Amino acid sequence: MIFYLIAFGIVVTAILTIASRNSVVSALWLVACLFAQAILMVTLEAHLVAAMQVLLYAGAIMVLILFVIMLLNLTPKELKWKFIAGERLILGSGVIYLAGVMGLALWIIYKKGASFVPAAGGGTAGTVEAVGKLLLTKYALPFELVSVTLLVAIVGAILTGRGK
Amino acid sequence: MYSLVIDIIKVIVIASAVLTLIPVLIWWERKGAAYIQDRRGPNRANIFGIRLGGLIHNIADVFKLLFKEDIIPQQAHKLIYLIAPIIVMGVAVSTLAVIPFTAPVKLGDFVIKMQIADLNVGIIYILAIASLGVYGVILAGWSSNNVYSLFGGLRSSAQMISYEVAMGLALLSVIMSSGTVRLDEIAALQGINILEWNFIRQPLAFILFLTCLFAETNRNPFDLPEGESELVAGYHTEYSSMKFALFFMAEYAHIIVGSMILVSLFFGGWQIPFLSTEFMHDNMNALLKLALPVVSVSSIAAGVLLMRRTKKFGWGDARDFEPLVFGLPAVIFGFIIGIAAVFSIYLNEYAVSIITAAAQGAIFLVKTLFFCWLFIWVRWTLPRFRYDQLMKLGWQIMVPLALINIIITGIVISR
Repeated sequence: MIFYLIAFGIVVTAILTIASRNSVVSALWLVACLFAQAILMVTLEAHLVAAMQVLLYAGAIMVLILFVIMLLNLTPKELKWKFIAGERLILGSGVIYLAGVMGLALWIIYKKGASFVPAAGGGTAGTVEAVGKLLLTKYALPFELVSVTLLVAIVGAILTGRGK
Repeated sequence: MYSLVIDIIKVIVIASAVLTLIPVLIWWERKGAAYIQDRRGPNRANIFGIRLGGLIHNIADVFKLLFKEDIIPQQAHKLIYLIAPIIVMGVAVSTLAVIPFTAPVKLGDFVIKMQIADLNVGIIYILAIASLGVYGVILAGWSSNNVYSLFGGLRSSAQMISYEVAMGLALLSVIMSSGTVRLDEIAALQGINILEWNFIRQPLAFILFLTCLFAETNRNPFDLPEGESELVAGYHTEYSSMKFALFFMAEYAHIIVGSMILVSLFFGGWQIPFLSTEFMHDNMNALLKLALPVVSVSSIAAGVLLMRRTKKFGWGDARDFEPLVFGLPAVIFGFIIGIAAVFSIYLNEYAVSIITAAAQGAIFLVKTLFFCWLFIWVRWTLPRFRYDQLMKLGWQIMVPLALINIIITGIVISR
């Protein structure tokens, strides 16, 4: 029951994000959407991931996005469909992404059946200690690779930002 | 069922206690500022001639703000304009949820944790909620549709994001040396020896965290978001009436909550120096025999000293009897405590537990109020930073220092 309430909240805020005419308002709906996702993670006993979702996505990244939107001062007119460059590319990648996600979900349902899986490990799987241990032992290599990717992205951003 | 009732009581009591501290802090700020600048401070607003050294001025302020015209600018985005102060205040109060106020209270088989929510993520929750505080400020600035407000909002968001990085890194070394992210465990681990508190073990982290706290609460010397010489009043320029009051209150709520976090992390939280919970619990009757006469005598002495000021200035009206407002209760309280000490009431286990918790809560409050005073003290002593200096301090000095501190901590704890 709680799951359906939260899922309903996520879907509604996600639709409002893309339906709002004002870009600041739509960024705020995205924040609400991320917050609802964090609540969903709490119900799945993933406390650390939920806190990180709020801390990083809702608290830091979205603030930066909001910051950029405010500096650009976009009017609703400039956001009309025909003013956006590369519309076919956006549309195409959107369709492919949606198809991929839906396909994956349907495949999992087909394989395992749609059942609500309770958290493994009796509610301790999502604690700071458990997740931290996993990150530094079993998933150490992917974890480090992700951090290298981020480093590359930062260096690239600085290089492009500097100009010549 | 019982736990739900206890939780509700905790939420109400703790939140209202902190909200009650806000007017005290406002009064304190005015008086502190006045004495630092060699003035008397607020001393005119009164009820029947009773001024309580300016405390009554807060009541006058509240009525003024309530009855002021509530203006919403025509070009403002109304919904966001209304939500922004709520976010600021809500964030300030909801950070309280994980702060431990006393050691867990044992009442027979019941163990009550004096903390609203015992979260596994502890400090990360505080950082997450605090990072949402930026929204209130930036949205207030944007939705007012005013250039000065927008500039204030942009400045503050840049500042808060920058200092959040240094704050998180400074906290990381504390987490490393404590080995836990739960605030109650960090407070308990620091023990009763002052030399083992985290501000001795992690002096650099303490200084960095304190500095970041000033930046996060937008207080001087980091109050650029509302730098009145450039930006009128910054992000809340267009706010009036109680909406402005919410911003004003949120600033003090932030100070109180920030001081509480600082005390729990670095100053032993509820730990009373050299008196452990078990020791106090076992020897409470003996301790009270020592403490009660001292409290009684000092209370009577303070009351008498205050009462001697009656009719001192010869105003010829109600003001003559103003010292009685606090003097008389102090004397009566002193006598009651004195009678209790003479007849040496024997306390059962429940009462001992409650008195122990009360003493720990009192010491927590004293430590918190000291840091609140530090905020006020710094505000009226230091000048404001220039914006480029602020960014330089944040990114080029604080972040590297925090990283170095993490490395040093790592070397020390791995030995």
